Amino acid sequence: MAEKKMVSLTIEGRPVSVPEGTSILEAAKVVGILIPHYCYHPGLPVAGVCRMCLVEVEKALKLAPSCATSVAEGQVVHVHTERALEARKGVLEFLLINHPLDCPICDQSGECELQDYTYQEGRADSRYRDPKRFNPVEDFGGDVLYVPNRCILCTRCVRFMDDVAHETVLNVSDRGDRAIIGKFEGKDLTHPWSGNVVDLCPVGALLSKDFLNKARAWELDRVASICPSCTQGCNITIETRDSQVARLKPRPNEDVNRFFMCDYGRLNYRWMNRTDRAELPLVRTEGELRSIDWDIAIHAAASLLRDARTFVLASPMLSNEALHLLSRLMQRKGGAGAFRVATGEEAPLAGVEDLALRRDRAANVNGAQMFGFQRSERPLEAMRDGDVLVIADDDLTGIAADEVARASQVIVIGTTLPGAASAAAVLLPITNFSEEEGTFTNLRGRVQRFMQARPAPGLARPSWLVLGDLLGALREQDSFYLPSDVFAKIASSHPAFSGLSYESLGMRGLPVLESETAGAAR
Amino acid sequence: MGFPHPSHRQETPLLTRHFGEAEARTLDGWKKRGGYQALEKVLAMTPGEIVDIVKESGLRGRGGAGFPTGLKWSFMKPGDGKPHYLCCNADESEPGTFKDREVMRWTPHALVEGCAIAAYAIGAETTYIYIRGEFTEPLLRMERAVREAYDAGILGANAMGTGKRIDIYVHRGAGAYICGEETALMESLEGRRGNPRIKPPFPAVSGVFGQPTTINNVETLAAVPEILMKGAAWYKAMSLSNPKSTGTKLYSVCGNIRRPGTYEVVMGFPFKDFLHDVCGGALDGRKLKAVIPGGASVPIQTMEEAEATLMDYEGFAAQGSMLGSGGVIVIDDAQSMVAVIARLTRFFAHESCGQCTQCREGTAWTTKIVERIRDGHGTMEDLDTLVEIGENMTGTTICVLSDSCAVPVISGITKFRSEFESLIHGKRVHSVLTAVA
Repeated sequence: MAEKKMVSLTIEGRPVSVPEGTSILEAAKVVGILIPHYCYHPGLPVAGVCRMCLVEVEKALKLAPSCATSVAEGQVVHVHTERALEARKGVLEFLLINHPLDCPICDQSGECELQDYTYQEGRADSRYRDPKRFNPVEDFGGDVLYVPNRCILCTRCVRFMDDVAHETVLNVSDRGDRAIIGKFEGKDLTHPWSGNVVDLCPVGALLSKDFLNKARAWELDRVASICPSCTQGCNITIETRDSQVARLKPRPNEDVNRFFMCDYGRLNYRWMNRTDRAELPLVRTEGELRSIDWDIAIHAAASLLRDARTFVLASPMLSNEALHLLSRLMQRKGGAGAFRVATGEEAPLAGVEDLALRRDRAANVNGAQMFGFQRSERPLEAMRDGDVLVIADDDLTGIAADEVARASQVIVIGTTLPGAASAAAVLLPITNFSEEEGTFTNLRGRVQRFMQARPAPGLARPSWLVLGDLLGALREQDSFYLPSDVFAKIASSHPAFSGLSYESLGMRGLPVLESETAGAAR
Repeated sequence: MGFPHPSHRQETPLLTRHFGEAEARTLDGWKKRGGYQALEKVLAMTPGEIVDIVKESGLRGRGGAGFPTGLKWSFMKPGDGKPHYLCCNADESEPGTFKDREVMRWTPHALVEGCAIAAYAIGAETTYIYIRGEFTEPLLRMERAVREAYDAGILGANAMGTGKRIDIYVHRGAGAYICGEETALMESLEGRRGNPRIKPPFPAVSGVFGQPTTINNVETLAAVPEILMKGAAWYKAMSLSNPKSTGTKLYSVCGNIRRPGTYEVVMGFPFKDFLHDVCGGALDGRKLKAVIPGGASVPIQTMEEAEATLMDYEGFAAQGSMLGSGGVIVIDDAQSMVAVIARLTRFFAHESCGQCTQCREGTAWTTKIVERIRDGHGTMEDLDTLVEIGENMTGTTICVLSDSCAVPVISGITKFRSEFESLIHGKRVHSVLTAVA
């Protein structure tokens, strides 16, 4: 990187230096100018076809497409001159003459680049007096619906499938104004990453069937998060409407997922909205689980744990914070802990290095291992008879009640009360991933933060808070007030995390120390 | 020669000399007429010498743009370690243009020889002749000629016994005007959809299969053997007006003219004499009204402009048009200019590849408006809209098809505005009715 020659130029009067070979469009971003564009996308090869990003370069005869024009030393670029604005206004008028203008019923409305740029610099009226062209809506397979009338033929979707997914499914069929996006005979958008074409589409031409007519873009609240569906740790945005997760969208991170996320992760969000949740702390009194004050429930759990060896059945979906506190709980009296992972087929995205839907379908497998939990298909085998069993958000699917019954006492710290644990002595309800804040460690040892996207149900509390209080009741330490405090504790007690903090992680994450992850990242 | 008419005394037949002679199509017949002597001669020269002669001759691209051929060849740097390619653009699809078709029909060996010389000069072992999909007869003629040349050892691994490899492949297009655009042609040749590429990189840097490529028109290449036989000075002397335009040029003349056909005159020949004398002038009882001198994508000339024109690159430009491909479309007073322009824009709308917004939408929109005016449903605002659309379509796209569609519209409205206006005002006054009556 450092050897690359730097080129200095002026864009809208602002001096900027960028590496040789950078496009004018990217250079303009550096100085805070967004040149309007449609076909250009930083994750795709340059097509230069929408002609929206035309800018005026001094001494050049013609307007230059800024996405396809490299910077040159001493170049003077004008983005907002009359000539450039007129040209872009012309493009917008052309794009709109056959556009149905059905924004009121279009899912893209509110996050549509055609809308945005038209408001920004388009004409207020149209001079088009002839009938608009019409093509029927087409099912592209997978989660994707194609509305050709809204299509501006930017070909981002075609280029994504060809050059990133490396599976030729889409094409431009016919030519001239009859051109539409077509599918090759017998092909469908069934590639595990094909849902990205919906995000890439700058207009409402490619829509997610899952999200179809579900919400308007401006009704959604957006929160930065990490996809919990596998160990890749793709950066995502959780979008909620009325506190219900409505969809997941990829959030760019050059080091992890670039601009993409897989369809499995994208569509695996309904569990976050589950309504049959444990909402009240319960303690067994007179043979029956009864709801009770949090303080009393915490102390009831603490009294069971005080002198007994503890076995923790953890979930690899828990945050580093929760897992750290659980590991301290289990280590108190020489106990142990285990976890299990659901697995599936690995599905790489061919055009991006080290990006795949991973076999392990849980967010924090690496974290669970780093905090000393044993991975096992039959996790309760390692439990000794008479241990106090802490079930930390494992749903016990496939585990029989009599296996659980080998424990002297069962404490459930979870989002639900599994049937096999119905004999539990205490239930401490915790929030799920979308309802709390924390960090995950992905398979490459990258620690990344996720934010709270929706409120907790009932009286459920964040896992780190509950576990912190529990350790407090056991006189192990003072309660934590913030998840960042827990993370600070991790950073000071685990060498791999030393030097990290919520502030230094930011929203893009940082890798844990290399030497410490070599063993954990398989 | 004004094929299919006998040669006119004011013509200078070089490429058209043997049109109509069936024997010239065969290798033997061609050799009898002096064929392949130039190739034999140049294979003993160095490529640099050939390029210098072509540069000196002043030969310019006959496909439309008029780029100096020798200069183009000199962009192919020898010894860069990459395979070089030569493409012959035989995708002649410009409305009104059919000169290359006649060259390939009657003198296929002239093109083979020209290709072989050019390939040697630019260090290319492989030449592709990309031929228009609809050209069935020229395709057969070219394929036969190439086969004959291979059989006679003129082409192949040991071309003319010199140990040099010269391969020529004839590739048939699938019938798209846009594939005549040089970079679209290369995309098509590589097996992809024929969409023009963004330039730069130019073909000389990254052309066919990403390798340095030179692409020349049929007429350009067919003129090369003659130049190398008779010398640059001889060719350069053939110029009646501007010294930057040298040699002869083929014109395919069609439309409302007494003797349509393929003519060959020296650069700088007066267009007035060409139309009224060489081509026989207007049909009985008609009057010439306008000329599109260089294929559908050049500006329309009024008769005043046309008659003041000297036929070369600079001469047509001085009179508000372009030499273009030499496809002369003659329009007389029996025609409605609006109908003519509507037909042209419809062609461009049909042939637009559709990748650039302005072209995809603009060509179709323009067509709708012009056809509406033609059918008597236009408004005066439509004329302003047309000009503005045309301006938005000019100079903003990857290739010039978009510009080409705007050209007849803008020049037509500028020069024949009254015809548009009378249709808009419901008066069908163009003289076709009086002429026919």
